[in-house]
Amino acid sequence: MTGAWTWLTTGANWSGSGGVPARLLEHLWYTFLALAIALVIALPIGAAIGHTGRLTGLVSGLANALRALPTLGLLILLALWGLGTFKGDIALLGPAIAVLAILAIPPILSNTYAGIAAVDPATRDAAKGMGMTGREVLTKVELPVALPLIMSGIRSAFLQVVATATIAAVVSLGGFGRYVIDGNSQQNYSMMVAGAILVAVLAILGDRILALIGHFVISPGLTGRKVRARATTSDLVVAIEQEGGSAVLEPANRAGGDR
Amino acid sequence: MINFDDVSKIFGEGDHRTAAVEDLTIEIPTGKITVFVGPSGCGKTTSLRMINRMIEPTSGTVLIDGVDTRSIDAPKLRRGIGYVIQNAGLFPHRTVLDNIATVPVLDGQSRKAARAVAAELLERVGLPESMGSRYPAQLSGGQQQRVGVARALAADPPVMLMDEPFSAVDPVVRAQLQDEFTRLQAELGKTIVFVTHDIDEAVKIGDRIAVFAVGGRLAQYATPAEVLSHPADDFVADFVGHDRGYRALSFTVAGNLPVRDEPTLLLGSTADPSLVPPDAQPSDPYWVLVVDDARQPRGWVDARRITAGRPLGLGDLVLGGSLVGPQSSLRTALDAALSSPSGRGVAIDADGRVIGTVEARDVLDAIETARVAQGLLDAADQRPVSGAPAGDAEQAAAAVPS
Amino acid sequence: MNWNWLNRNTDQILSWLLAHLWLAALPTLLGLLLALPLGALAFRYRWSYATLITLAGLLYTIPSLALFVVLPGILGTRILNPINVVVALTLYTVALLVRVVADALDSVPPLVRQSATAMGYRPIRSLITVQLPLAIPVIGAGLRVAAVSNVSLVSVAALLGVPQLGQLFLVGFQLNFYTPIVAGIVLCLLVAAIFDTIILVAVRIATPWTRAVSHR
Repeated sequence: MTGAWTWLTTGANWSGSGGVPARLLEHLWYTFLALAIALVIALPIGAAIGHTGRLTGLVSGLANALRALPTLGLLILLALWGLGTFKGDIALLGPAIAVLAILAIPPILSNTYAGIAAVDPATRDAAKGMGMTGREVLTKVELPVALPLIMSGIRSAFLQVVATATIAAVVSLGGFGRYVIDGNSQQNYSMMVAGAILVAVLAILGDRILALIGHFVISPGLTGRKVRARATTSDLVVAIEQEGGSAVLEPANRAGGDR
Repeated sequence: MINFDDVSKIFGEGDHRTAAVEDLTIEIPTGKITVFVGPSGCGKTTSLRMINRMIEPTSGTVLIDGVDTRSIDAPKLRRGIGYVIQNAGLFPHRTVLDNIATVPVLDGQSRKAARAVAAELLERVGLPESMGSRYPAQLSGGQQQRVGVARALAADPPVMLMDEPFSAVDPVVRAQLQDEFTRLQAELGKTIVFVTHDIDEAVKIGDRIAVFAVGGRLAQYATPAEVLSHPADDFVADFVGHDRGYRALSFTVAGNLPVRDEPTLLLGSTADPSLVPPDAQPSDPYWVLVVDDARQPRGWVDARRITAGRPLGLGDLVLGGSLVGPQSSLRTALDAALSSPSGRGVAIDADGRVIGTVEARDVLDAIETARVAQGLLDAADQRPVSGAPAGDAEQAAAAVPS
Repeated sequence: MNWNWLNRNTDQILSWLLAHLWLAALPTLLGLLLALPLGALAFRYRWSYATLITLAGLLYTIPSLALFVVLPGILGTRILNPINVVVALTLYTVALLVRVVADALDSVPPLVRQSATAMGYRPIRSLITVQLPLAIPVIGAGLRVAAVSNVSLVSVAALLGVPQLGQLFLVGFQLNFYTPIVAGIVLCLLVAAIFDTIILVAVRIATPWTRAVSHR
């Protein structure tokens, strides 16, 4: 452990293309890219499914199935395919980002559609009855009200991607995972632990920042909502299957359900 | 004015064909509250929602002021119609003020101007200004419902649709909301279609009542008094329920009931049992009306139980029930007599001052006179039993001096 | 798919499969056993709920690889020791299930809890014989998620030399060969499916009253 501390305080490790800042930027870049792709795909689909209420079973099942896929296997599988199909950097980067994006989709998709489906039907009815078009109902009412769950999904996805990006170092990607993988092959345990610590800090800080953003973006009228209703068993079962493995275990969502 | 022209709503096909609304033709007058009432599955809500095209008719036409609703783009149509539903359906992510300001903003008004209008409306529905910055989750059911009404009024639409707006709150709050709503309507004069399953609510607030039967059939369309006194068929009679004869009395003004003089005692004065006349029945209490300095009735006291020399206090009094004022109905007059310990209902003037008492037998005489007068009018008019509204015959009968 | 290669290496694959099975199953069970009392505590004592859940959240935020790397230093084991995996995954499972257990207990209708107390049940007995059984469906849902996640997470440890199905991926990568990779993925999915089904069936068996209602 002290070895890791030494490693982290060595100036040399903070400069150059293998230095901490450089790796940090790589890691962030992969994360950002994968999340962006996942959002572009999952948000509209999730919104559409939640809005119309169809295909929920299918989507739920798919999301669950994806969770079962071994990330390492998927990374390597696509990396090999990439190497055989493309030349240059894109050969490994492309497939890796693709895997990261694929793994980021289920939490965002699940939570988006759950969030939208959970909008009180009376609220939807009132919005339509007041003269909002379908699109206006979605953008002005359903999405804002679903925002807490959507943000929760984004946070889950973020953690998923950060974790998988770390592993992606095995297929020659950069990022903090490099320290772990390289450290392993060089038998440099200090470097490995340093890398592990850096990843953990990145994950925790990133999650906190996203939570803060969520706090500002989500209407204050919504945060108290979950306090009123007591969840039924089936609600919870569905919620768990959707948020599944959601790393966003937040007490703020549930400060005492008793009325 | 809203017109339903042979409107039907059919669900399903062939063997599974169900009619939610069947060949509805009805004219809803401008500036009045028309209540659609009936049991579950009678099509009242479906009919309501066909006005703002939340549900599209299978056949027939709905016209607002002569314009076919289908000729206007649906969202645009709805912006011109106020819509209040059960549980309010407020947007949880917006403040109360922003909720109320929704339609004006949708129509393109500046948020600032819309919020100003919203603030006024907030006051109008009886809520404090401070509530504007709160969120729906912080409001009680009754408060949310008021915000819902304010929201529907924001764009000042001529027509308002209300779907069981007061059903989700407890009876005390509901009565308050009904009263305030009636007061509001007196100021605003909107064309309102109100749906409820509660016949008492319908009778209380409606200018006209449309009673729907299961299967979407319009059973009767008349004034509340008419529905209570002349139900069109067995279904309506049954739906209106028991006591309808008694309840119908609330639609006839008592008018000129004979008011007898009543000796009174002043609250706070001293009296003694000697004022009980010797010929009074020894076993019965001898009730005397007690008034205060402003000659407002405060209650009845049994003269036999007065402690001589001690000033009369509120604790000595037995309270009576209703009071008969100049505008009171026969129902109130009868209740005033029945709920008073002495059997004499207290009659007051427009300022609340005691002018005398009314006895039950006088009210019953007045009821009989009104009944006979109405019978004569019915025969003269050869009035149809169902469909068309009864008109103002009731008021004419009540004006006949007893 | 090169079936010959699979045939030749069946023994190795089977030994990895077995290792994977117990590396995934053990933490899931251990995690459940630890999460039950912790979750019950969080549920019973509201003030502890926030702290426990925050800690759990923090733990769950840490990427698996990081945890696999750091634990040997703390535990004093060698880095490719499977114990690291078991401890790490147990921690994850506990982190996930504590909240699930607390929420599951909360979903039991308060009236049931109150009538049990009114009939004279002591708190612990009420918890174990009345509330927990009713909380089983929700806990089961969480357990399925944990089990399936664990199967995937175990394979990551191959990067540190731990023998299990994940090694198939590394072998394939080194040999530039799809067969072991596909085999590894398929077997992982199979294991995940089996665990999922076992838990599902177990939940159904343990809750005969839900079955009685649905067959109306």
